[in-house]
Amino acid sequence: MSELLDLTAAEAIGRIEARELQPDEYFDAYAEAAAGDELNAYLWRSEPGASPADLSGWNGSANGAEGESLRGVPIAVKDLFCTAGIETTAGSRILSGYRPPYTATAVDKLARAGARLLGKTNMDEFAMGSSNENSAYGPVLNPWDRTRVPGGSSGGSAAAVAGRLAPWALGTDTGGSIRQPAALCGIVGLKPTYGAISRYGMVAFASSLDQCGPLTRDVTDAALLLRVMQGRDPHDSTSVGIEGGVELPSREDLHGLRFGVPRELAADAEGIEPGVAANFEATLRKIEELGGELDECELPSTTNGISAYYVIAPAEASANLARYDGVRYGQREDGDADLVAMYERTRSRGFGAEVKRRVMLGTYALSSGYYEAYYGQAQKVRTLIARDFANAFESFDFLVAPTSPSVAFELAAKTDDPWAMYMNDYCTVPMSLAGIPAVSIPSGLAEPAGGGPELPVGFQIAGPAFSESRLLDAAFALERSIAFEGRPS
Amino acid sequence: MIDREQVLHVARLARLDLSEDEVERMATELSGILDHVDRISALDLEGVEPTSHVIELENVWRADEPEPSLERERALDPAPDPSEGAFRVPSPQA
Repeated sequence: MSELLDLTAAEAIGRIEARELQPDEYFDAYAEAAAGDELNAYLWRSEPGASPADLSGWNGSANGAEGESLRGVPIAVKDLFCTAGIETTAGSRILSGYRPPYTATAVDKLARAGARLLGKTNMDEFAMGSSNENSAYGPVLNPWDRTRVPGGSSGGSAAAVAGRLAPWALGTDTGGSIRQPAALCGIVGLKPTYGAISRYGMVAFASSLDQCGPLTRDVTDAALLLRVMQGRDPHDSTSVGIEGGVELPSREDLHGLRFGVPRELAADAEGIEPGVAANFEATLRKIEELGGELDECELPSTTNGISAYYVIAPAEASANLARYDGVRYGQREDGDADLVAMYERTRSRGFGAEVKRRVMLGTYALSSGYYEAYYGQAQKVRTLIARDFANAFESFDFLVAPTSPSVAFELAAKTDDPWAMYMNDYCTVPMSLAGIPAVSIPSGLAEPAGGGPELPVGFQIAGPAFSESRLLDAAFALERSIAFEGRPS
Repeated sequence: MIDREQVLHVARLARLDLSEDEVERMATELSGILDHVDRISALDLEGVEPTSHVIELENVWRADEPEPSLERERALDPAPDPSEGAFRVPSPQA
């Protein structure tokens, strides 16, 4: 049974196609594993032996059959994605009990391709966080060390995949929320180009940054999911898909590819732990061994990335979260309150501390008198960051950086200082602001700065917009060379 | 740099009813964050165009043809207080 849980999704699909494995057997193996979840990774899960969840929403959906490409393979989905008739909380008290009338396009596409919903995973509330400590339903534990965080906001998805409670999972990435937990949990996490995958049905946090993406055991599985999910969706006018589709990776070396190492995100970056820095250098050597060319480059405006992000994202969030007012869905607090008091009490009781902080920050940044100084400026910094990347891609095929400045940190280690928590996103935020794709692959283990057993490190590779096929191809070659065999005990 | 009065003003805009404790903490925490964020207010970005959307898309149209929409009953299904085919709410204060 545990051998089944060690297969990648692609391997399982291969066995199912060869009739060596029954889809129900494979699904139930995971449903049983998920039933024993001690990481608090799941908020809802399917019981072993249950029939496939019916995800038909008001606009219909042909739930797929095993004959489709994903062959009945189970998938865990972050609770930020609407799943028709199945509770969707976004990790918040304010949506407790909410059953959407429709299914998110990304999930719907997977269902039509034959994937089966295994469960909805825990997450930082409204995708705001880097440690999964902001969930209204309790923190998620890192399977490598249960006194430590799995990262966030897609912490439940990352912990489930790393902890063998799901073969693969969906997450979302606004400033690093797929890549960083993937790094901290020793798995692959991809943030596609903005616009590659529809955001319809994805509870909105920051609409110009949010992207759906896969968390998987390896790069091939990530490519498989991306291939099914990408595409233009009439329900999301910001979706364009990936022209030419997605090729499965096969590269054996990195000859002819030029990799840029941005000083600001590597050598000059603040707060990178020694173990992470050493692992990053070792991985750069592997790129050279594979025939890749390495050179330093500069992305001068990325030093202002976090500052710009923590204006733009909260500002957009303050607008997106205005809808949670107790009128049409979710929780409501009223009693004898008048309308405005109902709004205020509903939101105050329904939102957690971090969400309130960001809504306040965003409202302030957009308010009269401050709009230009904060939001206006942040949008200009964003232009400069996008330009920095575009310039770098004239000389380089890809850019590389550590995914996270540290390995998994202890629970409650950074909850007292909001800015210290925000700095976890230092190396991932610039790619989100520029809208370009970036993947994190596990590159080894390193000792935390405070000492202790070694924990996973993630290596990040970023490419130009819509370069996912080439990006994953390069990542595949590097992944083979690294041959990361680690798994949590 | 953000005082109690500003916190209360912003809270009113954001429709948040903060406790005394929260108001105090919010003033400190927001001031701390704004200290870091302030570095961008000081930058000279004259002549730089702001980005509100990272990909080149303009006016994505669809055909002006009526299509079925979410049915009323389904829309009212998750409502806290559905009544007479609508969402019932307390009245605003006179």
